Amino acid sequence: MTDATPKPKRKSPVARTRLPTLPPASRSRAALGLARAAAEGRFEMQACADCGAVQYPPREVCGSCLSERLDWREVANGGALIATTTLRHSNDAYFRERLPWRVGTVKMDAGPSVVAHVHEDCHEAGRVRLALKLDRSGQAVLHALPAEDTPNMNDSPQLRETHCDPKHRRVLVTDGRSTLGRAMVKALLDAGASTVFVGDPATWKADAGFDAFVASDPRIEPVALDVTDTDSVDRLAASIGAKVEILINTADHLRDGGVMNARDVGLARDAFDVNVLGLMRLAQAFGPTMCFRAADGTHGAVAWVNLLSIHALAALPARGAWSASKAAALSAALTLRAEFAGAGIRVVNVFPGPIDDEWEQLTPPPKLAPSAVAASVVRGLRDGVEDLYVGDVAEELRARLRDNHKAVERELGG
Amino acid sequence: MSTAILAQFMAELLSGRIRLVDLTQTLTPEFPTIVLPPELGQAWPFRIEEISRYDERGPAWYWNNFSCSEHTGTHFDAPVHWVTGKDQPNNAVDSIPVENFIAAACVIDVSAEAAKDPDFLLTIDFVQAWEAQHGRIPERSWVLLRTDWSKRSGAKEYLNMAEDGAHSPGPDAEVVPWLIRERNVHGFGTESIGTDAGQAHHLNPPYPCHYFMHGNNRYGLQCLTNLDQLPPQGALILAAPLKIRNGSGSPLRVLALTPRT
Ligand SMILES: [Zn+2]
Repeated sequence: MTDATPKPKRKSPVARTRLPTLPPASRSRAALGLARAAAEGRFEMQACADCGAVQYPPREVCGSCLSERLDWREVANGGALIATTTLRHSNDAYFRERLPWRVGTVKMDAGPSVVAHVHEDCHEAGRVRLALKLDRSGQAVLHALPAEDTPNMNDSPQLRETHCDPKHRRVLVTDGRSTLGRAMVKALLDAGASTVFVGDPATWKADAGFDAFVASDPRIEPVALDVTDTDSVDRLAASIGAKVEILINTADHLRDGGVMNARDVGLARDAFDVNVLGLMRLAQAFGPTMCFRAADGTHGAVAWVNLLSIHALAALPARGAWSASKAAALSAALTLRAEFAGAGIRVVNVFPGPIDDEWEQLTPPPKLAPSAVAASVVRGLRDGVEDLYVGDVAEELRARLRDNHKAVERELGG
Repeated sequence: MSTAILAQFMAELLSGRIRLVDLTQTLTPEFPTIVLPPELGQAWPFRIEEISRYDERGPAWYWNNFSCSEHTGTHFDAPVHWVTGKDQPNNAVDSIPVENFIAAACVIDVSAEAAKDPDFLLTIDFVQAWEAQHGRIPERSWVLLRTDWSKRSGAKEYLNMAEDGAHSPGPDAEVVPWLIRERNVHGFGTESIGTDAGQAHHLNPPYPCHYFMHGNNRYGLQCLTNLDQLPPQGALILAAPLKIRNGSGSPLRVLALTPRT
């Protein structure tokens, strides 16, 4: 059984902060198919369209019949753990810091025998589940997990290297006043976050409900934060930047209005100021400190979450200016992911469908409950994914974008 | 004659017998702008970004870009700001005759009343009682409402928002036309975020100070400070807005010249 990871002790103020190291990152282009699946928490391998053989490691031609028709598809993840070994020595800086490290060979029900990182609760010769996880380099690796969940399973040190669990971590929710922001704060507290900094962009607003919410849990720390104000962002980073281990950017400016069908660019400018420049201001103010603290103890800085929208991928002309800002935010987030890669901090992009709040009043159902989006974000952090499509609308749109993006354009415009 | 007066004026200034009082709030990102329902167009708050600060972006110089609305911080309202003033002649900040940027001021102190009642409204009776004590309001004089609102710290206290909107003092719907008709005032100035009271949308007409002042080609000043340093009568106000083409107002530096007492 895995021991629960204890709450981190206070750090010694005179000890040198450990700098982040990364596991080996180079992969063949074919192997990056695994990253695509791992990024969304799916288990996919190549299968031969001619002979059906499942392939591992990924390759260009079928290992059985030399066919080039290899398709990525979901395959059965069960298998038997046939051998394990525990590494006590490594020449790699990353693994040296994390020894001992358990690895093993799994004979998959789907065919291949694979080498995987092996969870401490797996028994040799027993059944295991394989999972594709992103490591701190952002590359897909195979982890063998117990066939059934075990207590504190996610606290295994090896598995912790693949996820961003908010438990015992300090989290900043950039806009905690919005309906979604509040749900996010609640979900993080339920997940065991040790502190949730609740960004308040409108400290002047009279809202007894919000005041009661902020007072409802001693782990909530309200902080003034207006992402359109560089000074406000900088001041907050100067005061709590070294405590933020997960940053969840919930700030959004959703308004109706198109591109030609708008009176002016005022709305677009406001949306870009919050959704795009706001993200950049936060990144410039909080990012470097988070990078520095990526390996700081057992609960270092680990993740940056952007609440985007499925309309970052497919413009909704009725909200054309806002859609454009979300698309630009996605592009900025991809750059941020590359910039954080060296520290091993995960950038999680969340693509929900319409959320049931005051700005979606006239949007017909299905709409996502803010609590459902928040729960999904927490699950995504625990599972260690980096792209999260939330709800039927988002998942369907995404599938249809792959199938025929021209149809999506025409239907969203209608 | 005028030369001698100006020379004497400078001498009085230099000797400190005429004192300059800055009636201007510092422009900061935190200073609130007027709050309107979120689906309406919004005035930009003050925002500032560094261009360079003796660094690789500009080695020997420090400067900033800033942005704000015409109605951010201590600012001037031109008649064209309100629909009632849209057809007045010379009604925008670039066309207002420059001599209108200097005028005397009467400062009506309602700070005690406003402290007790944030929704305090200035009435004709109150002004007449004030005149009985301090003298009749001269023609073409600013009427400045001292509420000590500028001493409220932070946006929350300053805006004083409740579920039913902002609560801050201002003039009632009768006193504004009376000041124009009976006293021919130059304009109206306040310490709070607008020349009208926080709940002025419930008056008839709504926002009477904007409605009547601008409808009669008069001006507004708001977000003033240091009104407690001015005498009830006798101060001169320098308030020259930026020369924005067809501008409805502008942030500005408001200075008062006052005899040292
Ligand atoms: Zn084959």
